Amino acid sequence: MHSEPLLQIAGLNLRYGSSHVLHDISLTLGARPLTILGRNGMGKTSLCNAIIGLAPHFSGSIRLAGTELTGLTPEHRARLGIGYVPQGRRIFRSLSVEEHLTIVAQKGGDWTIERVYETFPRLKERRRNLGDRLSGGEQQMLAISRALLLNPRLLVLDEPTEGLAPAIVSDVVALVREVSQQGMAVLMVEQNLHAALAAVEDAAILVGGEIVEHMSAQALATDPAMQKRHLALELA
Amino acid sequence: MTLFFIVTLNGLTLAALYFLAATGFSLIFGLMRTVNMAHGALLLLGGYVGFSVVEATGSWGLGVIAGGLAAALAGALVQFGILGWMQGDELRQTLASIAISIIMADLMLWHWGGITYQVTLPELLSGGQRLPLLGVGYASIRLALMAFALVIGVALWFLIQKTRFGAVIRAGVDDQAMLRALGFPIKRIFISVFALGGMLAGMAGVVAASALSIAPGTDLQFLLSSLVVVIVGGMGSVGGAALGALLVGLAEQYGLAYAPTYGAVFTFAIMVLVLAVRPQGLLGRAEK
Repeated sequence: MHSEPLLQIAGLNLRYGSSHVLHDISLTLGARPLTILGRNGMGKTSLCNAIIGLAPHFSGSIRLAGTELTGLTPEHRARLGIGYVPQGRRIFRSLSVEEHLTIVAQKGGDWTIERVYETFPRLKERRRNLGDRLSGGEQQMLAISRALLLNPRLLVLDEPTEGLAPAIVSDVVALVREVSQQGMAVLMVEQNLHAALAAVEDAAILVGGEIVEHMSAQALATDPAMQKRHLALELA
Repeated sequence: MTLFFIVTLNGLTLAALYFLAATGFSLIFGLMRTVNMAHGALLLLGGYVGFSVVEATGSWGLGVIAGGLAAALAGALVQFGILGWMQGDELRQTLASIAISIIMADLMLWHWGGITYQVTLPELLSGGQRLPLLGVGYASIRLALMAFALVIGVALWFLIQKTRFGAVIRAGVDDQAMLRALGFPIKRIFISVFALGGMLAGMAGVVAASALSIAPGTDLQFLLSSLVVVIVGGMGSVGGAALGALLVGLAEQYGLAYAPTYGAVFTFAIMVLVLAVRPQGLLGRAEK
């Protein structure tokens, strides 16, 4: 076992031109799955991109199990054990469901194509369909499966419930809980407060590129005042 | 009527050559967004190497393979040594590839001289064939060229649509950043595809040197035709290159035969029409 946390972010700053997108982000992620909540434009996707390696110009440090990620390419980071489920799912439109899975599948991991098909029978039924012929829910299942087949140590999900029907949202929540209970570290960026708090144990709130709160999911779930202050939820 | 058949066959011959030349160009652009202006130089290099190998060994097949391999190696070196270092900066890559094209053309002029070469044909392909239904005779090498283009087209379709490597290429065409985030070694994939495109160009060079002839300037002629073909057919797809090559090849030959004064206009008229009506090309997909 590592004594240090799996993901360790320290003093992360990200600028696009003159706009300062992320301010001095510091956070650690270990066994307890974490959600990062925030409204649109607060820097959630930028934070994901910095971890994945798609936003190269940042200062500060991001370490995965002690390995500094700064300067490494996205492909190198993926091989170090980061699985990425991007916002908007980014399914390859000219690949079939099966091709999505076969190009990433590896021998000897926990997640195999058979296990994906057992978990999502719907994907098996549609395995000959092209990516752009799938429904939003099917695409999300495929995007998550694609990341899981890498058998990553850390799963990064960027708004995985966006635009999905409530029944599918609960499926995503259940799956995230399952993989995190089986020992995969989970970082889930979300706008959907209820889904996020149901899926993970810790929550951080991002406002204007800064982490303003960091607490347990349960504490946030029972604190409507804080939800209203930072996330501007309409409370029924 | 005989004239019509002959002109059609000439058009198909040219289309087969244009397809072989353009499909690698299109593949490279589709995956990497690199407009490889050295593609014609790779084709000419393949043609020259093929010629020299046929002269030395007497084997036409060996010449085609050697021409393909030489251009594949050159293509891989261009991507590995030069263009790969400016990935994502398309204008710089285009300008650098123009420089590579000029340097390669001068080096080839130095080595092979300014004369026109025609590859000696094997016995089997050197005569003509009387075509049973059309009632016309036609050069065997040109018929073989059409068959060769057909075989290459089918093989390429199989590689891209049915193999894992092909699926990775298609994924890269769709969303390169996502493919990298899944851990795929994009640099190696780019070099392989550049080698594949170079191989197709090199083989096209050898068959061009067999069915027609090659000389300094052949590189630019095929670069230009490849550009027109992919603009008409659509960048990045084998089918688009085939359709574009067919239209351009036939238009050129019909133009030459029936309206020689305006022959050159037809090709560009097609291009202008396509750009006006369907700017992504006939089989191309619109950018998101």
